[in-house]
Amino acid sequence: MAEIELDHVVKRYPDGALAVQDFNLTIADKEFIILVGPSGCGKSTTLNMVAGLEDITQGELRIDGKVMNTVAPKDRDIAMVFQSYALYPHMTVAENMGFPLRLAKVDKATIRQKVEEAAEMLELTQHLDRKPSNLSGGQRQRVAMGRAIVRSPKAFLMDEPLSNLDAKLRVQMRTQVSRIQKTLGTTTLYVTHDQTEAMTLGDRVVVMRAGIIQQVGAPQELYDAPKNIFVAGFIGSPSMNFLPAQINGGQVTTALGTVDLPDELRRAVESRGGGGEVIIGIRPEHFEIGRLKEGVPGGRFNATFDIVESMGSDIFAYFTLSGSGAKSKELEELAADTGQESLGGDGIQVGVRLDPEARVSDGSTAELWYDTSKLHIFDLKSGENLTHEVAKASSAASTVDGPGARNASAAAASAAVGDGGADTAGADPLRKD
Amino acid sequence: MSHPATTVDPSGPGPGREAGTGVGPHDEAEGIAIARKRASDGKKAERRLGWMLCAPAVIVMAAVAGYPLVYAIWMSLNRADLRLPDDNQFIGFSNYVTILSSPIWWHAVWITLLITVVSVFFELVFGMLLALVMHRALVGRGLVRTVALIPYAIVTVVAAFSWRYAFEQGTGWLAGDSAPLTSQGSSLAIIILAEVWKTIPFMALLLMAGLALVPEDLLKAAAMDGASPWQRFWTITLPMLKPALLVALLFRTLDAFRIFDNIFVLTAGNNDTSSVSMITYNNLIGGLNLGIGSAMSVLIFVMVAIIAFLFIKLFGAAAPGSDSGGRK
Amino acid sequence: MTTLAELNSTPGKKAAWWVADIAVVIYALIPVIWTISLSLKTPGNINDGKYLPTGGMSFESYQAIFKDTVFTRALINSIGICLISTAIALLLGVFAAYAIARLDFPGKKLMIMMSLLVAMFPQIALITPLFKIETAIGIFDTWPGLIIPYVTFALPLAIYTLSAFFREIPWELEKAAKMDGATPFQAFKDVIAPLALPGVFTTAILVFISCWNDFLYALSLTSTSAARTVPAAMSYFTGATTYEVPVGPITAAAVVITIPVLVLVLLFQRRIVAGLTNGAVKG
Repeated sequence: MAEIELDHVVKRYPDGALAVQDFNLTIADKEFIILVGPSGCGKSTTLNMVAGLEDITQGELRIDGKVMNTVAPKDRDIAMVFQSYALYPHMTVAENMGFPLRLAKVDKATIRQKVEEAAEMLELTQHLDRKPSNLSGGQRQRVAMGRAIVRSPKAFLMDEPLSNLDAKLRVQMRTQVSRIQKTLGTTTLYVTHDQTEAMTLGDRVVVMRAGIIQQVGAPQELYDAPKNIFVAGFIGSPSMNFLPAQINGGQVTTALGTVDLPDELRRAVESRGGGGEVIIGIRPEHFEIGRLKEGVPGGRFNATFDIVESMGSDIFAYFTLSGSGAKSKELEELAADTGQESLGGDGIQVGVRLDPEARVSDGSTAELWYDTSKLHIFDLKSGENLTHEVAKASSAASTVDGPGARNASAAAASAAVGDGGADTAGADPLRKD
Repeated sequence: MSHPATTVDPSGPGPGREAGTGVGPHDEAEGIAIARKRASDGKKAERRLGWMLCAPAVIVMAAVAGYPLVYAIWMSLNRADLRLPDDNQFIGFSNYVTILSSPIWWHAVWITLLITVVSVFFELVFGMLLALVMHRALVGRGLVRTVALIPYAIVTVVAAFSWRYAFEQGTGWLAGDSAPLTSQGSSLAIIILAEVWKTIPFMALLLMAGLALVPEDLLKAAAMDGASPWQRFWTITLPMLKPALLVALLFRTLDAFRIFDNIFVLTAGNNDTSSVSMITYNNLIGGLNLGIGSAMSVLIFVMVAIIAFLFIKLFGAAAPGSDSGGRK
Repeated sequence: MTTLAELNSTPGKKAAWWVADIAVVIYALIPVIWTISLSLKTPGNINDGKYLPTGGMSFESYQAIFKDTVFTRALINSIGICLISTAIALLLGVFAAYAIARLDFPGKKLMIMMSLLVAMFPQIALITPLFKIETAIGIFDTWPGLIIPYVTFALPLAIYTLSAFFREIPWELEKAAKMDGATPFQAFKDVIAPLALPGVFTTAILVFISCWNDFLYALSLTSTSAARTVPAAMSYFTGATTYEVPVGPITAAAVVITIPVLVLVLLFQRRIVAGLTNGAVKG
């Protein structure tokens, strides 16, 4: 159990390249922190610096107030779960899990007892005498977790531990990781590039880009009130729609037409000296079919759907607006990271999430409504969210914040990102409560 | 993740920077200095360890292969005939002149080249067939892979005796009425047979490893595109096999060029079947003419070097082990 | 995974593969069976020119060679010299291969080139200088006199094969061991060494075979039976009279030195195939 502090930590390579820039973060005892970002954003480097596998160029790493910069990994009392699991192929499951204890010269009886406890928790009891090569991917992953658990370390470091599992197992294991962490209450630093994991697992999420922290906050806060266009585009699936826009005296003009800007948003933009050319962002769920929102204030326009995907509980519909899409370095980077850069074509692709009552189909045209009070307005140059404070206030109003509220917020996030329902309770064999 | 290419937009602080204070130019220089110093300390330690670990092997190879080679070059410039020990003296390139103007030497060179080219050709053909069987056989794959190792495991001299007695009159079940080991043509054929028999498995194993690298899906795709098995072999398997093929050819060509054991046992160089290694041996051990023998050694060394150079430069055969993959 | 060939599998194709299998078996075994057959023939029918010892079998030739100290001495020499050479080549090879697979240091390319050069070296070129040097320092016709060149020429093989095996060990395991609290030595002893062992063992077999196979040095750097190994000794076997070629004893000796290697190869077929192919192709 420990508090981990990263104080102005910098990682610089001999060629001068900066991998991590001025990283400041205090991880509270028992907290579950997620480091998330696209490939090459410095998240794994940060994790390796905490582990001691890479040295810290500048700044300080403190664990429980003690400076750890030059302490060898083995003396940091931190356990790590690797993406490849790094199980010792010549040892059985029991030997793998007991290895850290054996190195710590714990007596055999205690080792066996602790291994058996962990094995039971992870449902590995009947596999204890098998070699890793005879295990399935999910079982290997659990052994890797078990090896970390048995020694009751001060903290867990997890480097994309679920990324080698198939989609279904990943959802199952996600729940399990969360449960184990909550049961043991061990401070955990978890690296992933998967924003769904980030949203569902952590007490707080750290979004990184190009070695710099973009935003730190509870999952729902990041979703509701992203600080900049990068976080807005990265968090959420399907992702936020971005449209080039023109703000002119309380009105905003986009390819969706011209609408009045709600007062709160207008004031926020004005107080930040914004206006003129901007980018607006609208989440898919803030659209709805027009007739279901009769008389509700907001913007309205007609759309002809290219593709309609009915998910049962929701309908995802996509249409194309004429004109050119929002141009931003951050958005291009995000597109490159998800491999969508070449899919643009002409026009602006917009994805919306509609009530099943909408009853639309491919090629049909309907009037759509969107919630102007939920617009995010981003500065064209800096990419900063000019309406961040407004969104933050409304997010705080609707969510009880703080680490204790993780389940509520995770559930909300899971529903929001549209894969809720997949990770049902039945998939988790460990559920005891 | 920790890719050094990760750079930060130099045009200024990124959007939504959490920390108010940036890394100033002073800190930056200091940071680079720290990173460089640590890296160079680490590099120094790594370098020292690398050298220490390689030193024993390097010393042995240099002492047992390098020094004697220099010694051989020196001796090749001397008259050094053990039968006339008092007549040793530096004679420059006379030994080379003697050798290069001798028809016996040139004959041996042609014989060696002939054996090399013909045996490597047959090894390649049969090795490829064996590799395909080992790689693709629907039935008895394990059996074939095991049995095919037998020739590799058998001592060359043992196999050579087996062939000799098979073709010698009296004992030989293949000899018939003639005595094939007493005339040049049939002797050469038997030498090549013995050489090919022994080394097909080695060739086949290297080619099989190459075959394993050809993705099965690619062949399926080609089959779907309408390529016949023959076309698939020529247009997909063979081009992808090229690196393995070149390495195998290089190894085998150099090996065949040094042929000695088979000739020694089968004909002892009679009937004009001496290879360059054989006549060198005869001059050194039989004739005790160290000067001439050494000069021949040096010439063989030069020829081997030329063959290797041609392979690597002309065909682009990759020297094995020359990459540094797998680190980290 | 289903291969293309398996997809098209028909009884006819299976039969065709059996024919290919049998052809391979015949190819590999013909000289072997012939040698065994000769070694078992009685002196009376050794010249009958038949492939199989149908005219009667005896172990006379085997009894003869094991009574003869020339052979037993040569057998001891072969085993001793090859085992010692293998051990030394492996020890040096493990160090160098570890450095090549794991470390980055200037001169690594040179080191690789050097072992490649030695691997391609015409052994005959070293006969004279080694003969002169060994005579000068008094190790001509002794075990060390053969062990030294054997080690040298086995080194490139050992280094290539071992470094290919070392590269296959995921080094993340070493990181994991560090995180699990291991010192560098513990990480090596408990994690890396056990994983490297199969590769070292396979390399040992390959190196042993290459030493066992040598003929040129055994012939040139010995003058008595003090250090002469079996392949060289075989060519010095003499019959009862000068004119009688001792076919029986030679083939019996051939069978004797073939058996141990054959057993090794058949037992460890998979590993040897992996060892021979790793080094050369994946490099």
